[in-house]
Parts: sequence; structure tokens; C-alpha cells
Amino acid sequence: MATVALSNVKKSYGDVSIIQGVDLAIQDKEFVVFVGPSGCGKSTLLRMIAGLEDISAGELRIDGAVANDVPPDARGLAMVFQSYALYPHMTVENNMGFALKLAGIPKAERDAKVMGAAKILQLEKLLDRKPGQLSGGQRQRVAIGRAIVRQPKVFLFDEPLSNLDASLRVQMRIEIARLHTELATTMIYVTHDQIEAMTMADRIVVLRAGRIEQVGTPLELYHFPANVFVAGFIGSPKMNLTPVVMKSAGANGATVVAPGGGEIFIPVAPTAVATPGSAATLGLRPEHLTLSDDGPLSGTVAVVEQLGGETLVYVEIGDKILVTVKLAGSGSVHVGDRVKLAVITTEANLFGSDEMAMTPLRRAPVAGKGH
Amino acid sequence: MTSSSLARDVAPKLEKVRRSKRGVDTRPLVWPSIGVLLVWMIVPLALTLWFSVLNYNLTDPTSTGFAGFGNYLYLLRDPALATALLNTFLLVGGVLLTTVLLGTLFAVLFDQEFYGQGAARLFVIAPFFVMPTVAALVWKNLLMDPVNGLFAYFARSIGLDPVVWFSDLPLTSVGIIVAWQWVPFATLILLTAMQSLDREQIEAARMDGAKALARFRHVVLPHLARPVTIVVMIETIFLLGIFAEILVTTSGGPGDATTNLPYLVYKTALLQFDIGGGSAGGVIAIVVANVVAFFLVRTVARNLDS
Repeated sequence: MATVALSNVKKSYGDVSIIQGVDLAIQDKEFVVFVGPSGCGKSTLLRMIAGLEDISAGELRIDGAVANDVPPDARGLAMVFQSYALYPHMTVENNMGFALKLAGIPKAERDAKVMGAAKILQLEKLLDRKPGQLSGGQRQRVAIGRAIVRQPKVFLFDEPLSNLDASLRVQMRIEIARLHTELATTMIYVTHDQIEAMTMADRIVVLRAGRIEQVGTPLELYHFPANVFVAGFIGSPKMNLTPVVMKSAGANGATVVAPGGGEIFIPVAPTAVATPGSAATLGLRPEHLTLSDDGPLSGTVAVVEQLGGETLVYVEIGDKILVTVKLAGSGSVHVGDRVKLAVITTEANLFGSDEMAMTPLRRAPVAGKGH
Repeated sequence: MTSSSLARDVAPKLEKVRRSKRGVDTRPLVWPSIGVLLVWMIVPLALTLWFSVLNYNLTDPTSTGFAGFGNYLYLLRDPALATALLNTFLLVGGVLLTTVLLGTLFAVLFDQEFYGQGAARLFVIAPFFVMPTVAALVWKNLLMDPVNGLFAYFARSIGLDPVVWFSDLPLTSVGIIVAWQWVPFATLILLTAMQSLDREQIEAARMDGAKALARFRHVVLPHLARPVTIVVMIETIFLLGIFAEILVTTSGGPGDATTNLPYLVYKTALLQFDIGGGSAGGVIAIVVANVVAFFLVRTVARNLDS
């Protein structure tokens, strides 16, 4: 059992406020990912949970007990660092057993635990090597092994994959996800890569400028972004965020005028700011746009990216406004073509002039992810 | 004095350069500079070797002719040489120990964030910029003087007899002065090494439950091992030749309590005007320095490879 609860946690250096009041409850055995652009405070938040940074205000509870002033090693957490932070002069075995050695655990027991962790991570043959003789992926595994050996209540990962090359990153992503199932421990993972967040998380916490923008399962965030920021951050290729003007709003939905004059009816519950004539943002995922001769949007194809299984078409629908369209297969669209685009309106998101989402009315709710 | 052993280590690298893909033989191009350096080194060395086998005393015009190994035998039988060798090693060893210990301490201390850190760093480096003679005079007259010195004042103010530094603890006193001058060097090198220490390693050690002392022992010290060997090597080369501090403070005395090898050479050649004997002492000093340098370069090279 290990829960982590933050209530109104703040961090400031002098006058500069880094974390501006974060409330979050992390359940036992949950895999939570903090994601956000660089400088959003996600690493700071993780380091505050780890005890490497002081908490300026608010309360941190681990397993229900207030842990604000508990030293890092007594919190029962283990952290995997971005630079791996292995001790360069120690062998892999000693690196992994260092915490146990300091805790005064007898050698036989220590060796057994290190061996156990090494087996999980396939490091048995590397135990006598030093970190300098290992590849990036192996070092990463040793760093994880060092965390496993301590049998922590909560694992903390600080951008652990950002120093690896792309293919290795995919592989380690799978390994960490597998590890989470195997060890059945609470894990908190920080990344700026929304793909890592989408693929590994039970729940994602999107941060911006020291505030939580939205918390939810990956699919909740994907289909029901709370605001323009989350909509633009989650998903790849990015959601098209097109400036539109409100025409009318009713109980069943709202009609907006898109660039180029086309009118689109979106089934959402209009908010107070959705007055006719006001500016709004239409959020359309690339896969929710189709080529159609009677579509409300029209423009010129600017770029075509053939990915084999799918094709990304960039269409310029207004002055400097590009929308991305994802088509299945290798489409027959060419640069310079005039095309018309239709919108799957039940999947479209509409954001008011305050950048907050209006609740979609006719969209199937996301099934909860079991864990 | 370490050129010969250094040359041995550099030789394989030159080999590589020579086999570059250029079609031109580049060796003639480096000959002029090698020639100048060779003459620069060889002429004094050859003259020293030549003088060391002559009967050559400035006060005695009748003492001429070839002496063979006479000068060497005379020196080797002279108990002053053994004392000088011992003093040299005590001085080098003692100063090395002090500077490395204090340097490490200061490096760890000045690596911390505190108010006035920049100024404090400047002050701790400052002694390095004071000329050896000036430093020795300041210590001798202002600090260690048994009548007017600051230390004597402190001793008297708490009712103790002042220490007569240069009579009672001559070698230690010289050692203190030299150590004061070389602590900044060790601090500087080790401080830069501290700044290159990965902060995440320290944090990882904190998470692993290492308290301050354990972190120092298991993370900081291993990280400083290499820079310490470099400090030891460079300081040894300079400390083997300590001269000005001794000349200014004790003139090698009392007796020969602070006479090290360079000072013995000076005494023989320039106070007793025995050029032959002085040269023989110089040759012995070269041999000692080269033996030390050889082992140092080897250990450091091994340390840097691993």
C-alpha cells in the first residue's frame, strides 16, 4: 500500500513561484505521469515528493502520514534520475547494493536482493562491470535496478528515457510498463514527451507554469481536453486548433464560422462566454477530418507526408492557417490540389474565448482503464 | 629535470604523428624547435656533469685537474647529504599531505553556496600570488617572530611562552610557510573538480540513505582521486626545488636542520665556492628528481587510463 497525496503544495524561490498550489491524490499501485513543457515545474514537483527540494507551503502525505520534513531516505521512495546518476567508481553490483550496505544489511542478504533485481532486468552478466563500460540502455537498467533493490513504496522517475535514442526509448518504455505490472508498486513518472505519457500512464497530470491543467486517463485527456493547452499538448500529430467565430448557440450545440466562411454545427453545451460574434477555438483531431466534396472547410494542399500506412496532409484553409488531416493508406492527394474537408462534428472540440472546453453532448464516454 | 622521463611517455605519440597520411616527411619541420630545446637542456646539463668531475674551487687556484668520482665520493660520505635528502623528503611529504588535506577541505567548503562566496574564493587563492621570498619574510617577521610576531602575541595573551619557531621547529616552520603557499593551488584544482561532480549523484546518494560523511567518503572522495594525483604530481615537481623560503628564513639552519638538496647545492657551490662538489650535488638532485618523476608519471598515467 502506498498512496501519495498533495494538498495545496507550493514551491517558491524568493519571490519566484515555481509550483502554485497543487492538489493531487495518487492511488496505490497507480502509474501517474507528470507531463508538461519544460519549465512547467514537473521535475520540481517530483523532487519535492522525493524530499530533494523543500516544500514551501502545503502538505505532502505518503501513506497518510505527513512527510514534509521527513528526510529523503526515510520516505521509502526510490528515484531514477535523468542522468542515471550511477556511482562511476563502483561496479554495477555495488551501485545496486549501496543503499543496502549503508543500511547495514548483511552481505548474503544484500547479494540475494541485488541478484533478484539483476534477474528482473537481465543484468546478471554485467554485475562486475563499471558504469563507464555500459551502454546507455544498460546504465538506465542499472539505475532502475538500484531503485528496485530498495523495495520502495513509490518509484519516482525523472525523465529517465530522454538520454536514450529513439528505438531504445520505445523498448525501455515497454520494459518500465512491464515492470509496473510485475512489481505492482505506485510509480510517478515525469516526462515532457506526451507519447510516453499516453502509452504508460494510468493517469496523466498535465502541468503548465506550476499549475495542474488537467488530470485524467490518457483517453480522457485525448478525447475530453479541458482547455486549449491540454488539447494542443496531448496527441500526435497535434490537434488542429482553428480560430473561429461563434454564430449562434443553443441547447443542442453551437454553430461557428470557420476561416473561409464555412459554417459548422458542433454538438456541445455552450458556456457563458459563447455569445454570438465572440471568438472561439475549434479543436479538430487530424483523424476526425475527411476529404469530402461538400465539406465546410476548403483550402490548398501545402505539404503531403506519406507514412505508408497513413498519410498526413497539410491543408492551408486561410491566411497562414494550416490544418493537418490524417488519411488512411497512401492517399492520392498532391501538393497544390484544392480540397474540401468535412468534419466529424461529434468528435470536434470547441473552446470559448476563455480557452476552456465546452462539454461535448453526443460523444461516447471513455471507458475507464482498469489497473 | 623531468624532461627525460616525460620524453619517454610522449615518444609513442610522436610516432603516431609521424605516420600521418601526409605525403611529406614532417620531421625536418620540427627539428629546429627540438634543436633549440635540446641545446637549452643539454648545455647546462653537460656543463654540470663536466664540472662535477673536476677539482674546481673558486677560493683555491691550485685545485685543478680531473677529480674522477672524487666529488661524488666526498658528497656521499658527507652526512650532510643524507640529512639534506631526508629534509627534502620530509618537506615534500609534509607539504603534500597538508596541502591535499586542507585543499580537499577547502574545496568541499567553498563548493557550498554561502554569502560572499566569490570573495571568499578569491581570498583562499590569494597566497598563491605572493612571491615566495615575500611570503617567507611576512611569516618570519610578522607572524612567527618570537618577540614581535602575532603568534607570540597570542601565546603571551593566554599566558603561554611564545614558540621560537625557527630555532625549535625549523623544518616544520618552513613547511608551514610552503604549505600556506601551495594550499591555494590544491584548493583551486580540487574546487574545479568538485564543480564537475554530478549533483544528481549526490542526490542519488541522499535517496540511498547516505549521510554527509558517507556521501563524502563514497561519492566525493572517489571523484577527487584523479585531481588529487595531479595535484600531488605537479606539487612534487615544484616542492623538490624549494629554495627561497629557506634562504630567507633559516639559511638552512640551525646547523643543517632545514638544508634540503637544492640548498645543499647552493651552500657547496656558492658559499664554499666548491663548484665541483656543488655540481656533483646537482647531478644527484637530478637523479632523485627523475626517479621520483618516473614513478609519479607512471602512477598518474595508470590512474588516468582506468
